[in-house]
Amino acid sequence: MNPAMLLAAVLRDPARAEGLTAPEWTALFAVARAEQLIGTLAHRIDGLAMPPAAARLVKDAIASAEQGRTAALWEAEMARRALAPLDMPVVLLKGTAYAAAGLSPSVGRAIGDLDILVPRERVEEAETALLAAGWEWVKPDPYDDLYYRQWMHELPPLIHRDRDKMIDVHHTVLPLTARITPDAAAMLADSIALENGLRILSPQDMVCHAAAHLFADGDLAGGMRNLWDIHCLLGEFGFDGLAARAARHGLGSAVARAARQANRLYGTPIPETWRVWDSMDPLFVRRLTARDGWGRSTRKLVQLGFYLRSHWLRMPPLMLARHLWTKYRKGHRPT
Amino acid sequence: MRHVTAVRIGPIGFRIGSHWRGPIAAIEDLYAGYPAPDDGIPDFNVHLFAARPWRRVLRPSVHIGGDFVIPDAAPLPLAQGLLAAEMGMNLQMALGLRRYLLLHASAVERDGRAVLMTGISGAGKSTLAALLMARGWRLMGDEFVLIDPATGLAHAFPRLISLKNEGIPVAEQAVPQGRFGPMLLGTPKGTLRHLVPDARAVSAMAEPAEPALLLFPRFGFEAAERAVLPSEAFVRLTQSSTNYVNLAERGFEALTRLVRSVPSRAIDYPDAETAVGMVEALA
Repeated sequence: MNPAMLLAAVLRDPARAEGLTAPEWTALFAVARAEQLIGTLAHRIDGLAMPPAAARLVKDAIASAEQGRTAALWEAEMARRALAPLDMPVVLLKGTAYAAAGLSPSVGRAIGDLDILVPRERVEEAETALLAAGWEWVKPDPYDDLYYRQWMHELPPLIHRDRDKMIDVHHTVLPLTARITPDAAAMLADSIALENGLRILSPQDMVCHAAAHLFADGDLAGGMRNLWDIHCLLGEFGFDGLAARAARHGLGSAVARAARQANRLYGTPIPETWRVWDSMDPLFVRRLTARDGWGRSTRKLVQLGFYLRSHWLRMPPLMLARHLWTKYRKGHRPT
Repeated sequence: MRHVTAVRIGPIGFRIGSHWRGPIAAIEDLYAGYPAPDDGIPDFNVHLFAARPWRRVLRPSVHIGGDFVIPDAAPLPLAQGLLAAEMGMNLQMALGLRRYLLLHASAVERDGRAVLMTGISGAGKSTLAALLMARGWRLMGDEFVLIDPATGLAHAFPRLISLKNEGIPVAEQAVPQGRFGPMLLGTPKGTLRHLVPDARAVSAMAEPAEPALLLFPRFGFEAAERAVLPSEAFVRLTQSSTNYVNLAERGFEALTRLVRSVPSRAIDYPDAETAVGMVEALA
C-alpha cells in the first residue's frame, strides 16, 4: 500500500494501526511527519497496543503539538494586543482559529504561521500597528513585495523580531488575480466573536475558506493535512447551508471537490447528492498521496502539473507568463 | 532509497538511506558494534540524495535530507558521504528531538557521575572526551548530551567522535589502539577524522548518569580556572541547546534544575594533557 494511503487509512480507522509491521510503522511516521500530521496521528492512535518505540514517538508528538498550540495561541494574543487599539474586526484563520475555538481539527494539529483576516480598507492600518509592535518584513525582494501588494490576498509576510513567528495578514481569501472572487466582506460580517474579542469565521465560511485554500489556490503541497481539517469541519458542522454559502463565494466546485476528496481519503460522510465524481478527482488523489516510505515527495510529473495549475488558477495567462519569466530569471525553479 | 541501514545511538534510533553505497558502507563499518533501533522503528530518518539523477554519477554531490531539514544546506562531495550521514543525524537531533533537553556538549562518566563539557566549536570538547575515554572514563558522547526533563539524568549519545584539525594527531597518539575512520580532507570544518567509541561506551550507552560537573573549557590559553555562577551557566547552556525554546516550560525546569544542582567551572588550557589533568582534579 502507498504509505500516504496507509496514513489516511490509519487516520480514518485507528484500529488499522494494530498489527502494523516495523517497516509500516516507520513509513507511517515518516509520511505523517512530512505531511505535518504526526500530532494528529498520535492523538488518533494513542492508547492502542503498539511497540514501545512507536508509543514513545506518539508521546513525543502529542507533547510537541500541545506546546505548538500554546505558542500559537500566545501569538494570536500578541497580535490581538497590537491591533486592539484600532478597534477593527480581526478574524483568526486556519490552525489558530481551530485551536482558539477548540474545534476538532485542532487536536494534535501542527500550527505554522498566524493567519488573520482584516477588512481590506484597513489593512494598511493593521500593517502599521504590527510594524510598531515588533513585526518586520520578510521579503527582501522588491519584485516580491510589490507583487504581494498589487495582486495578492494578503500582505507580504511579516515576522516578529523577538519571537521569530510569522504573521500573514489577509484581506480576502484568494489572490486578487484569481478568477474566483469570494466575498470577504460577507465573511467578516458573519464572523463570530470569541471571548477575547478575536473572531473566527462562521462554520460554513470556515469550510469554504479551507476548501478555497486547498483546491482553488496553491499546488496541494501538504494537502493531506488541509484535507483532514476539512474532514473534521464537515463532521463537526455538517452540510446545512453549505452549498448556498459556497455558491455565494463562487466556491461551489471547490467545496464539492473538498467534500468528495475527504470522503475518498478519510471516509467523511457526505450527502448522496454530493457524490458526483468528475474525471479530475483521481488525479487529485494521486497528487495528495504523492509520498514514498521516507516521506519524500514522489510523482514529479503530477506535481509539476499541479504547480502549473496553481499558477493558472491564480492569474491570467499573459500575467502568468510575465511572472514565471521574472521568477525564472531570478533563479527560481519548480522543485 | 537504494541503500539503507539503521542504527541506534544511545536512546535514539536512525534509519539512513542513500543513493550511493559508499556512505552506507562507511556507517555500517564504523557502527558495526551498535544495536538496531528498538522494535525496528527508528526515531528519525536521514536521506542522502542527488538533487538531479545524473548527479549520482557525474560529479556526485550528496544532499542531506530527512524528517527535519534546513533549506538550502550546501551539499558535500561523495568522498565526504560519511560526514554527510553524520551531519544528517545531528540535524535530526538538533531540529527534531523533543524527548530530552539537548545540550551541545561532550560528556564522560565515572562511578555513575557525569562530567559535561560544553563550549564553542574549537573549544576541544571532542578531543577532551576522546582523551578521557582513553584514560578509562566511560564516553557518553562528544557532541550531544540528552537531559531527561523528568529525572534530570544525563543520557548518552555516543556517536562517532568527530575529531577536527589539530585534535586528530592528539587523539591518534592518546588512543593508538583506537578504530579510526578515513581522513576527510577539505570539509566545511577543515580536516576531519572519526574515532569509534570504545566497546564500553557502546555497551553501556543505555545507562544514564547523574550530572556531577559542568565544565566550560577553552583551548589556547594559559591554564586557568574559575567558578561559574548558576546564572551564567544557565545562559550559556540556553545558547548551546537547540531545543530549549521548543521544550518551553519542560526545558526551563530541566535546565534550572541542572545549573542549581551541579557545580560549574570554566577552564582555560594550553594543551590537552593539561586539560585532562584539570578535569580529573575537579571531577
